[in-house]
Formats: sequence, structure tokens, C-alpha cells
Amino acid sequence: MYSRAYKFVVSLPPLLWVAIFLLVPYALMLAHSFWLVREGVIIHHWNLQNYSKLFHNPVYVEVLFRSVRIAVTVTFLSLLLGYPLAYYMSFHAGPRKDILYQLVIIPLWVSYLVRGYAWKTILGSEGVLNGFLQYLHITKEPVSFLLYSPFAVVLMLTHIYTPFVFLPLYASLEHIPRNLVEASHDLGASPCTTFLRVILPLSLPGLLAGATFAFVLSLGDFLAPILVGGPSSIMIANIVQSLFGTAYDWPLGAAISVCILLLTVTLLYLTERLEKRWSF
Amino acid sequence: MRATSLGTNRPTFLSVYALVVFAFLYLPIAVLILYSFNRSGVGGFPPKHFTLSWYSQLFADTAIWDSVLNSLLVAVGAVVLSLTFGLLAALALDRATFPGKSVFRRLVLLPLILPGIITGLSLLMFAVFAGVQLSLLTVFLGHGTALISVATTELFAGLQKMDRAQEEASLDLGATPWQTFWRITLPNLRLSLIAAGLLIFTLSMDEIVVTIFLIGRDNTLPQEIWSRLRIGITPEINAISTLIFAVSVILILVWYRIRTRTIGKQAQELLERP
Repeated sequence: MYSRAYKFVVSLPPLLWVAIFLLVPYALMLAHSFWLVREGVIIHHWNLQNYSKLFHNPVYVEVLFRSVRIAVTVTFLSLLLGYPLAYYMSFHAGPRKDILYQLVIIPLWVSYLVRGYAWKTILGSEGVLNGFLQYLHITKEPVSFLLYSPFAVVLMLTHIYTPFVFLPLYASLEHIPRNLVEASHDLGASPCTTFLRVILPLSLPGLLAGATFAFVLSLGDFLAPILVGGPSSIMIANIVQSLFGTAYDWPLGAAISVCILLLTVTLLYLTERLEKRWSF
Repeated sequence: MRATSLGTNRPTFLSVYALVVFAFLYLPIAVLILYSFNRSGVGGFPPKHFTLSWYSQLFADTAIWDSVLNSLLVAVGAVVLSLTFGLLAALALDRATFPGKSVFRRLVLLPLILPGIITGLSLLMFAVFAGVQLSLLTVFLGHGTALISVATTELFAGLQKMDRAQEEASLDLGATPWQTFWRITLPNLRLSLIAAGLLIFTLSMDEIVVTIFLIGRDNTLPQEIWSRLRIGITPEINAISTLIFAVSVILILVWYRIRTRTIGKQAQELLERP
């Protein structure tokens, strides 16, 4: 129905733009990871030194593990908060469904930075929470371990990614044909069995999509550790940032970025395969 | 009836749980807004002495308003850029076949899925490689390019829902592809275009991760907030955040008005059909 000229005209500009402004930059990242920096100058000498440096330096490995740990915790907590909420709204909220849905969306419109800042004002040693605890005479001295700890990073990131996890979950729960659930009830399955054998398996694609998103984005986060995390919760992206900034070792920073990128792409590929298998 | 037990019976535990999750989601926002009116600043409990002085201080702060203006410029530019290329990309993905199409699809979506630091740094390297000085222009190009992903996703969904028969009829009746595009395709995509535009606008206004690496001398609003946050906490930030929140909520409401009105109009048109 559409002519060759039409197809050509619509395809060429985005192809060119994406090739120049996305493909070339990502390729430059890859290229840098095989180069070297000597006395503040980047040398275009192809080698694998950055990658071996990366895996032999215990600091990087430790930080990488910490980042993965934080990302896994955030993903788990987001699911723990997001799944029951999505389940409740899809199956039990009745006519209030739409308004509740909007209420989940609204926090998404509040900037990331601002929400991080809000947590900072809540958790700080002169913050709102400490003020509240002292007001109720639960504590006498300010509790100082709340802010500038991995706990604060996990809390802030969970707050940010819970709505992101909720959205695909809710969509997949809404897609479950209600007659399947009713059939399960009618055939004598308890609500618990129905949930485990019918609803949960059918919601796996949404669960997976949300979990991947939360994991990948919290793994690559570097603002939360600066804002609320402090030195004890430095994450892998903070190292990248400092290598591109004051430490000035772009090639090494690029090598870490390529590792994050590969991890992300592999994960996305795996979840895509699984989603295809599980979708109905 | 089993169906009623599904629809109306609300297990108490789940309701309470849902309430707790909502409380968690809204707690920081509530605190933020509340303390923007607190005379003794951020922190402590309970907040006392209502004041608007942080707002008046904010309105006198020219650096903030310059950065708001910069952010608006960047966001409007990013909306135009990403909607243009996103629309073409969605049309290409929906209608054309070319070698590397699946690679293209994934590549367009990458900035949406990858941690922002990777896209930001890649674009920084590209700017250095191309010998371009960092400025609002590089921020605009970065936002526009990264957000093509959002535009493409929204508009592709819109195209998939669209009825092809109208376009076919238009072409069969002798309209050129160009006329068909302007008179049939675009008007049919109106809602998706508005939705994508609003979304891209707010995302660009908020963007910090890519911006950090591409910013020159002139700050965008999030960048200005970021640089102040590193010095310390000031209730001025609560005030500006409250204002941004209010604007976001208004934008959402505007969007619902547009949508319900169009849906209402469409329903009316359908009813009035002979």
C-alpha cells in the first residue's frame, strides 16, 4: 500500500540520525575501552589492559558486588511493594481502580532529584524523622545512621522504582482473562492455589519486565549514592563518573561502562526470551 | 456468584497493605511541600510558623529563573526533535522493511533501557570527538536524541491502533502520500502526539543524568538544583519543587481534559453517524 519512495523517505532520516547520534557515540565508548591514557593524553593504541585492570583490582570488584547487591535489594523491595498493590488494584479495587492508578503515576512526575532531596531532608540527623522521633520521646539523641548509608540508597531507589515495577505488573494482571480465575475458583481451588497456579504464572512477563527495569537502572545509578549514600555506598557508576572527571582515565571508565552495557544487554536478551516463552 | 466475590470483596489485609504503599510513595512529596512553608526551614518536627518567605526568596532568585528558562528552551527543542524523528522512526518500523530493522529498533530504544550514565558519557565522548563545545545546544541534542525512544514507543503504539482503511481510501481516491500524511495520518495520531509530547517535555525538564555530562556554562533547572544540593539544604529547593509538582499535576489534568474531551467528541461523532 505504501510506495517505495514513501518507505524510503520515512526510514532514511531516523536511520541517519540514530546512526550518527547513538551508534557512533556507543561505538566510541567501545573504542575508548581498548585505548590507553598516558600523562593525561588518550593514546589510540589497541589493547586489553583496561579490562584486566578492572578484574584484578579488588576495589572495583568489591564496588561492583556492592552495586549488584543494592540493585537486587531494590528490585526485590520494589516487587514486594509493587506486586500486592497491583494485585489489589486489579482484582479488588472495583470502581476506584482508575483513580488509584493515577495516584501511582503522579509520583513518577516528581523529579528524581527532588525525591532524592526529600529523602535527604527526612533522614538527616537534623531531619524530619529525627525531629519526629525526638518529639515523641522515642529517642533523645539524633539517630545518625539513617542518612549516608547503603540503607538510604536502597530506600530512595525503592521509592523511585516501585511505580516503574508496578506499571508492567498491573498491565499484565489486567490482561489475565477473568474467566480463568473464576474457573479455578469454581473447580474448588482455594484463593491461594488460584494465585499460585493461575495468576502468578500469567503475570510473570510483567513481573520480569518491571524487575529488569528496576535492576538495570538502579545498578547504573550514581546520583543516589552522592545524594544520600555517602562514601560507604559508592556504586560502580560513581567510579565511572570519577574516572571521567577528576581521575581522568576515560579508557578505564569506558571499559567499566562497556561491562555495565554488556550486562544490561544480556539481561534484556534473556528476559525477552523468557517473556516470549511465558506470554500467552 | 463467584464473580461478585472477585469484584467487590476487598480483603482487609491487602487494602491496608495498599494504603501503606501509597503512604510510602507520598510521604517524601508531602514532607517536601509541607516544609516549603516552614519558617525555621527544613528539618525538625513538628513544622511550625507558616511562612511564604521561601517563595518570595525564590522569586527574587534570578539564577533559578534563568535556569528555568534554559530548561524550557531545551525541553521545547527536545520535544520538537524527538517527536519529528520518533514519528518517522515509528512509521518506518510500522510500514517499511529494510536490512537491520531489528537492530535499528533496539538501538532507538537503548537510551530508555540503559542506565543514563552510559548514554550521557557516550554523547560526551561524541561531542569531544566532534570538537563541539559543551553548551545548552549539546544538552538539547542529547535530550532530543535520547528521548526519540519515548516518542517512537508512544507513536508506534498509536500507529498500531490506527485504522488503515482511511489511509488506503485516501490513497485510492487520488491523494498524494504527502496529502494523506497531513490530512489522515497526523490527525489520527493527534492523541499519541500530545501524550508523547507532554511526556517528553516533563522528562526533559527533569533530566539530570545525561545533562550532567553535556552541560556547559548555562545551567538547566535540575543542574542548578543539583549544584545547590551539594552545598547544603535550603528550603528554596522545597519551594521550587512544590511549584514544579503543581505544574506537573496541572499538566496531567490538562491531558485528561484533552483526552476525555476527544473521547467524548469521538463518541458523539459515532452516535451521530447515519
